[in-house]
Amino acid sequence: MKPSAFTYHAPTSLDDAVRVLAEAGPDGKVLAGGQSLIPMMNMRLAAPAVLVDINRLPGLDTVRVDTGGVRVGALVRHTDLEDDAQAARTVPLLRQGLRLVAHPVIRNRGTTVGSIVHADPSAEMPAVLALLGGSMEVRGPSGTRSVGAADFFTGPLETGMAEGEIAVSAYFPRPAPGSGTAFVEIARRSGDYAMCGVAAVVTLDADLRITAARCCYISVAPVPLVVDMAEAVVGAVPASADLSAAADLAADRIEPEDDIHASADYRAHLARVLTERALAEAAEAALRETAGPGPHTTGIGAMR
Amino acid sequence: MSTRLLGAPVQRTEDRRLTTGGGSFLDDLGSDACAAAFVRSPHAHARIRDIDVMDALDVDGLIAVYTYDDLTGPMAEPLPLLIPHPSIIDGRTPYALAREYVHHVGEPVAMVVARDRYAAEDAVERIRVDYEILDAVVGVEKAMQADRIVHEGMADNVAAHLVQEVGDAPAAIGAAPNTLELDLEIERSASIPMEGRGVYARWDSARGGGLRLYSSTQTATGVRAAVAAKLELQLGQVEVVVPDVGGGFGLKIVHPWPEEVMVPWAARQLDREIKWTEDRREHFVASAHERGQQQRVRVGFDDGGRILGLDVQILHDNGAYLPYGVIVPIVTSTQLLGPYKPGAYRVEFHSLYTTTAIVTPYRGAGRPQGVFAMERTMDAIADHLGKDRVDVRAANVIKPDEMPYDQGMLFQDGRPLIYDSGDYPKMLRMITDLVGWDDFEEYREQARAQGRRVGIGLACYVEGTGPGPYEGGHVQVETSGKVRVATGLTSQGQGHETALAQVVADKLGVPMSDIEVTTGDTRRMGYSVGTFASRGAVTSGSAVAMATVRLRDKVLKIAADALEADPGDLEIIDGRVQVKGSPAQGMELGTVAVLSNPLRYAFDAASAAATQFSGAADYDRPPVPEDEAPGLEGTDFYSPLRCTFASGAHAVIVETDPATAEVRILRYCVVHDCGNLINPTLVEGQVHGGVAQGVAGALYERMAYDEGGQLLNASFMDFLMPYASEVPRIEIDHLETPSPLNPLGVKGAGEAGVIPASAAIAAAVEDAEGFRIDQMPISPSELFHLRRRHARGEIASVPRRPAHRSLTKEN
Ligand SMILES: Cc1cc2nc3c(=O)[nH]c(=O)nc-3n(C[C@H](O)[C@H](O)[C@H](O)COP(=O)(O)OP(=O)(O)OC[C@H]3O[C@@H](n4cnc5c(N)ncnc54)[C@H](O)[C@@H]3O)c2cc1C
Repeated sequence: MKPSAFTYHAPTSLDDAVRVLAEAGPDGKVLAGGQSLIPMMNMRLAAPAVLVDINRLPGLDTVRVDTGGVRVGALVRHTDLEDDAQAARTVPLLRQGLRLVAHPVIRNRGTTVGSIVHADPSAEMPAVLALLGGSMEVRGPSGTRSVGAADFFTGPLETGMAEGEIAVSAYFPRPAPGSGTAFVEIARRSGDYAMCGVAAVVTLDADLRITAARCCYISVAPVPLVVDMAEAVVGAVPASADLSAAADLAADRIEPEDDIHASADYRAHLARVLTERALAEAAEAALRETAGPGPHTTGIGAMR
Repeated sequence: MSTRLLGAPVQRTEDRRLTTGGGSFLDDLGSDACAAAFVRSPHAHARIRDIDVMDALDVDGLIAVYTYDDLTGPMAEPLPLLIPHPSIIDGRTPYALAREYVHHVGEPVAMVVARDRYAAEDAVERIRVDYEILDAVVGVEKAMQADRIVHEGMADNVAAHLVQEVGDAPAAIGAAPNTLELDLEIERSASIPMEGRGVYARWDSARGGGLRLYSSTQTATGVRAAVAAKLELQLGQVEVVVPDVGGGFGLKIVHPWPEEVMVPWAARQLDREIKWTEDRREHFVASAHERGQQQRVRVGFDDGGRILGLDVQILHDNGAYLPYGVIVPIVTSTQLLGPYKPGAYRVEFHSLYTTTAIVTPYRGAGRPQGVFAMERTMDAIADHLGKDRVDVRAANVIKPDEMPYDQGMLFQDGRPLIYDSGDYPKMLRMITDLVGWDDFEEYREQARAQGRRVGIGLACYVEGTGPGPYEGGHVQVETSGKVRVATGLTSQGQGHETALAQVVADKLGVPMSDIEVTTGDTRRMGYSVGTFASRGAVTSGSAVAMATVRLRDKVLKIAADALEADPGDLEIIDGRVQVKGSPAQGMELGTVAVLSNPLRYAFDAASAAATQFSGAADYDRPPVPEDEAPGLEGTDFYSPLRCTFASGAHAVIVETDPATAEVRILRYCVVHDCGNLINPTLVEGQVHGGVAQGVAGALYERMAYDEGGQLLNASFMDFLMPYASEVPRIEIDHLETPSPLNPLGVKGAGEAGVIPASAAIAAAVEDAEGFRIDQMPISPSELFHLRRRHARGEIASVPRRPAHRSLTKEN
């Protein structure tokens, strides 16, 4: 388990990084936290001839929080984002998802942006981005562009990024006021990629009726699959929402497959169970959110 | 003797070294050595048409490429069949490098030696092998069908076949008032030590040549003899040193591995140091697995649940080759009996070739399967009669006054299966008390009211431990007073350094800190067998104890002479020999060591005391008395009459999620009897590790071969070794029935923890779910599908189980 030979670059400016990567063409790969790429290289499942290590690039290791959402730089480690209290208050789903990503030692090195670019259909953070309708900022030889989550995930381990592009940051918009979120999954062992996972966001109005609900599914579709649950639950109060109708909506859309850990049927079953659990938890969070600390707060802004 | 160290919970002396990076494992050695890597078969079964190495020759740093055609003499012969047995019909073993055919994915086909492992792997990648793909044979059913044959020239896939009978079981079953038939299966798993295999060889061409070989093995002397035979060297030309070993669990008792002969052979060919460190992927496909076994049980029993006749048919998957013989199915056949005494017993096994990695003993070695068969049968009998599961066991166990108990069979060491000691009724009482068996129905009702599903199960086992032929101990006192101890078997982290030092400290009367223990180094102890079958404490512990007693006698004799006292009046306390009652009259052990070796030359102040003009000499006696040797050493060997039988019981409470079918262990209780405890902390550590592997085998680990013989989960990503987060807290109660067979009264403890886990966990899951579980491991996905099949009426329900009345009064 030793990688084949490669040329290693560790540029210190983003422009240099983009240039070196462009020169390498299809042989080039970006190295971020290395938690997915290095094992693949050691097993010779990936053999990039040129490695562009972005760890020395300045300014990419920051988390920026504003009222609209959270912008996460390409070198922000899972752990640092997980520990960021402001980010967790603004977009609670970040921490809810991150604590399910692998184990602390892997989160210490792995980057959230790297995980999104890697686009594993079982990974949590792509689902967080997709559910919240976030976007990726990518830089290539012809400049910077923003790609919405819906266009970003194109297949298993495939994204809308072009050859020679580097992801600079991910942007996670804050959910609408009155929203609550949850991320639940079932994995074989703690920290493993899930057999099925569901992220949910539920929004309530002042009468505590559901105005919007969405779920995003991992490990049961080629990309993080967002399903709008409005049809099943909008208008209901959380306590009487028809969660099983929501589960039906999911069942129609997912495309689970058999593997050695779980059958497609079992995954489909989990998708139903977890849809109900995720929506119930998210609704509960939304109720807490709307109740807030004082009488007329709408949550996050006021809580800060 | 001051404080008794035998039995004390002494902290492991090796842990500071091992936990602070001070360990020295195989790959820590030979940093300048060349690296070896192997071209391995990507196919389960194929004929090699051609091997083209041309493209590899350009790789920078390449030193040599070898294929079968380069091998001559014994190297060109198959590797040995280590343990011949009359039941073996056609014992096939691999060649060091494949000769024409490959029989499993991962089989070595060519060897590359290069400057480093990077270059070696580059070259491996460029060697092209042209294969004619042949039929894969996966699973015992396919193997038994015999429409596809693993080995050329065989008419079927049966490697070995054995029937053993005690009494007339079919007749007893035929006449029994109740009978049951069960199919009980355990899947393949494997040892998976943290450190894989590894070999590092140094050839010294001076004076006819000599080999120094380091190997991550469980047997230094075995590797030495095997490699010497292959390389046509005298034993005296080969030294084998075993560094720290990061786990073996049985796998590393196999020797010589193909790599273990190829590396020293190439080191000699090239006159260069060569090292091979196995990587994880190689380990999964090219080392060894175990456990895969199907067992059909027919049992006849009376209305009290007593077994009148038991007939077991075993299909054992031995993988592609049979280098370790049929130890695993023999252990299953014999140890299946556990603490019970069926009226009559018949057991038959077929050991079958399949095109998969070889099967050799993995911690437990055939017992987890056998215990699964027996204990699931006990539960089925209880349900059939509407009796409590504990009561049925109590009706069948051997009583203490029946010891020694002869089961009437031959065990895996070729000697009679006679249980030496144990108290099984007490063991049952202890485990039911520990887990709270009698209170469980109440707890189940409470849980049910909260919408939770819980279940309880238990399983018992007996384990033959400490087989011969022998081990040796060598104990030496230096003139500094330090004590050096050596035994030939090896250590894989069990704590031999601590346990053996405790034996010496206790028997000699020296502080632990003055004792240094060496294991697995043929330079220090050339006669030894190895570490397997829970034998370290029994065999080496006993040998070291006997050697220490010998040494102590010599110490007392020499000191008595010098102190003009009677040896019987002396004692050794904290490394000082003194007259009982007047401690001022005495001398340090180091001084006795000086006196034991009469000298002509003085090297320092201490040795001056032993020179020829230094004191009153007895002119009628030579300086070294007849029948004595200079120096303060003791050597002795312990050769057991037969195995000593440890025993135990596990009880488990699980919760199964009604929605997701996840299984959670709420409590895991162990009662364990390994005779006298040398060190309860070490024993508990062994039990903990065993239970962790037991839980692994029950709920997580399996070898997922597809029909084509590809191992689909050959990485830690997909082979689900449990993390600490998956292993439950373990509650242990010790029972100590000393063994009469060895001087320490000990029995082995190394494997015990793993043995009944699958049986106990299956019983608990069955109890929670209300339907039969007859196959392990079980995943949530599988439990989900079993629920569906049960709902469709395809799986039998277990009857509602009666609340249990305490055993304590009955026995
Ligand atoms: C044992 C283990 C368990 C794991 N379990 C989980 C889990 O449960 N859930 C989960 O989501 N993840 C899991 N992971 C993966 C982990 O989250 C990784 O950190 C993540 O997938 C990749 O992040 P990285 O920074 O390490 O990226 P790298 O490994 O460095 O790169 C991954 C890929 O993304 C590309 N890339 C990375 N950053 C950029 C960038 N800025 N621009 C362009 N391309 C880029 C690389 O070229 C490469 O192709 C696990 C990993 C391990 C080793």
